[in-house]
Amino acid sequence: MRALVAMSGGVDSSVAAALMLEQGHEVTGVTLKQWQGADGSMPTSGCCTVADAEDARRVAAQLDVPYYVLDHVADFRERVVEPFGAAYVAGRTPNPCIDCNRRVRFRTLLERTEALGCDFLVTGHYARVREDAGRYRLLRGKDPSKDQSYVLHMLGQPELARVKLPIGEFTKPEVRAEAERLGLRTAAKPDSQDICFVKDDYRKFLRENFTDVAVPGHLVDTGGRVLGEHSGTVDFTIGQRKGLGVALGEPRYVVDIQPATATVVIGKKADLESTGCVLEETSFVAGDTPAAGSQLDVKVRYRAEPVPAVISPTPEGVSIRFLTPQLAVAPGQAAVLYSGDEVVGGGTIADVMRVKAPADGNS
Amino acid sequence: MHYVHSGLLQRALCENVAAMLYLDHAATTVVRPEVRDAMAPYLEDAFGNPSGIHGVSRRAKNAIEEARERAADLLGASQPLEIVFTGGGTEADNLAVVGAAIAGGGRRRIVTTPIEHEAVLESARFAEKLGCELVVVGVDHEGRVDPAVVAAACDDASIVSVMAANNETGAVQPIAEVADLVHARGGSVIHTDAVQAFISEEVSVAATGADMISIAGHKLGGPKGAGLLYVRTGINLEPVLHGGGQELGRRSGTHNVAGIVGLVSAMEASAADRDAFRRRVGGARDRFEDVLRAELGDVVLTIGEPRLVQHSHLRIPGVASETFLIRLDQAGVAAAAGSACQSGAIDKSHVLEAMGASDQVAAESVRFTFGWVNDVVDGEQAAKRVAAVAREVR
Repeated sequence: MRALVAMSGGVDSSVAAALMLEQGHEVTGVTLKQWQGADGSMPTSGCCTVADAEDARRVAAQLDVPYYVLDHVADFRERVVEPFGAAYVAGRTPNPCIDCNRRVRFRTLLERTEALGCDFLVTGHYARVREDAGRYRLLRGKDPSKDQSYVLHMLGQPELARVKLPIGEFTKPEVRAEAERLGLRTAAKPDSQDICFVKDDYRKFLRENFTDVAVPGHLVDTGGRVLGEHSGTVDFTIGQRKGLGVALGEPRYVVDIQPATATVVIGKKADLESTGCVLEETSFVAGDTPAAGSQLDVKVRYRAEPVPAVISPTPEGVSIRFLTPQLAVAPGQAAVLYSGDEVVGGGTIADVMRVKAPADGNS
Repeated sequence: MHYVHSGLLQRALCENVAAMLYLDHAATTVVRPEVRDAMAPYLEDAFGNPSGIHGVSRRAKNAIEEARERAADLLGASQPLEIVFTGGGTEADNLAVVGAAIAGGGRRRIVTTPIEHEAVLESARFAEKLGCELVVVGVDHEGRVDPAVVAAACDDASIVSVMAANNETGAVQPIAEVADLVHARGGSVIHTDAVQAFISEEVSVAATGADMISIAGHKLGGPKGAGLLYVRTGINLEPVLHGGGQELGRRSGTHNVAGIVGLVSAMEASAADRDAFRRRVGGARDRFEDVLRAELGDVVLTIGEPRLVQHSHLRIPGVASETFLIRLDQAGVAAAAGSACQSGAIDKSHVLEAMGASDQVAAESVRFTFGWVNDVVDGEQAAKRVAAVAREVR
């Protein structure tokens, strides 16, 4: 079979490519060029840099497989970077990697898989696909500390039928050991954690690329009293504790961002509690929305532990009620539903049901 | 995959290896055997640095001065010292544009065209940062320069740079007329980048009328990293590379002796072969286009004549170049599109943009270029293979 392997230049996708080759597949490597600066330059840190594309190219050369860089800068800008800025303008905390997977990356890669005459697509994600009587299931990766099923929750049956995730069967140390065994130059390469199109500080990036993100305004407490001033809502995310610019003697957190008045509300830990949230842009692996009243585990951030919740479908998506209140659930982040190790689906958090309603910035 | 060159060379050397059809000779081409032979002594016992007093140096110095005389003869220069050896075409363009713009002679303007190679355009933009004024005149929908428009812009220009033929589309430019009109206005020097043109078009001081001419070895069957700039006597250039003062201070750096010998050998071989090249390689290109049209019906050539005989720049409507080029590569055909950025992705061509091509036309355009190793048989074989891939993609 012919495999199109999405190679980022990191160790995971390098090993994925090498494993496909070992399994007897004909491999073609590609890197999606997603971003370039105003001067046409590529970023120097993050997951799609010049150096990373070069590492991917070198690994492909070592494996003696063809390798290409495919341009999807325009699509990426329109569907990922612009919404990333717009979300901050709207006081949300977006997850651009999920938006990319949902709107750009898999669609583009699967289109190219077909156009380039390949049979399936391979990525280096830590998650597993299982076929069960013609239905495809998406499972967590074997390594709980590296599991990336959260960022793949939007994959449905048509996608999973054509995607292989060989790395999900390994732990990270096992992947590095495989890379060593295969003699891959990326064996010891550090993991990338950054947003691929942001060079260093995303706040600086937002200020440089979007006009409405840095509106100065008031910092207020939950009673509406002004505590101080800030130089832009972009500097805050829900649940943030550090860098608030006010000293209050006990731990305080950003509990709300109100973009219409550029108000940032500061409160205690208890003010961050929410009983549930509403999701939009939902998708479900099996295709169907879970029945009303289903109890599933929900993960509200990439690094959050899943917690039990009850699901009820709404016209726009689903509504989720946590069995115990959760802290710092932020609009714009993805909430992903699990049944044990299996991804059921997920969506973007549109609204959060607070235990205590935050103050109105106009009061 | 082992790249094999079709035509003469393939049949002579590589009959037993699976054939790769290399149709990207404008990017770079096969080193001619006689060039490699001419270079070999300077990679072996004649390794000297020409800037020395002993016998080893003298032999190297003699080689580059002899090469300079031969290059001057070929171009019709008035004296050998009008030849400045450089580290390639880009460096020659940098020296011409930046060197003349900074030296200036009291004039601040640079006039050029939007279809120039980046080596000229970026040099001009660099000079702009240093305080020069940059004027980029328009071209028509075939990417051709109007000599009158260039001349009209050249008052107060220190340098006018117009390429002899475009490297992407192959559009041959009326450089002699441009030079006449610019010279008639007086006060500006005219530079032409003849890097792509030299192998198939007559390039000399008389034929182009230019005051400066850039040439690169590797487009002619010579080595990479070796080029030259012809500079008419009396033109004042500010050097762009500073150091030991080689090339009369115009280009510092230890001479690439083997490269210089290879460059001039390749120029001589190209000039000697030029008429035959036009028939043989032009025949390959024409057969390629005829057969491709017969096989596919719908093939749109980007420009009409005059164009370089080795270039076929075209699009097959409905076939995106990025996918097409990868499928061609998989099928053993090496071709090109636009210009590749550092990452290897295809960027929209600034040449097609200057011609007013739509995004879709630009995204479907591909370039097949034939080289000195090709003949008419290759043209036919290439067309059949390219057509088969196009049918699969479409």
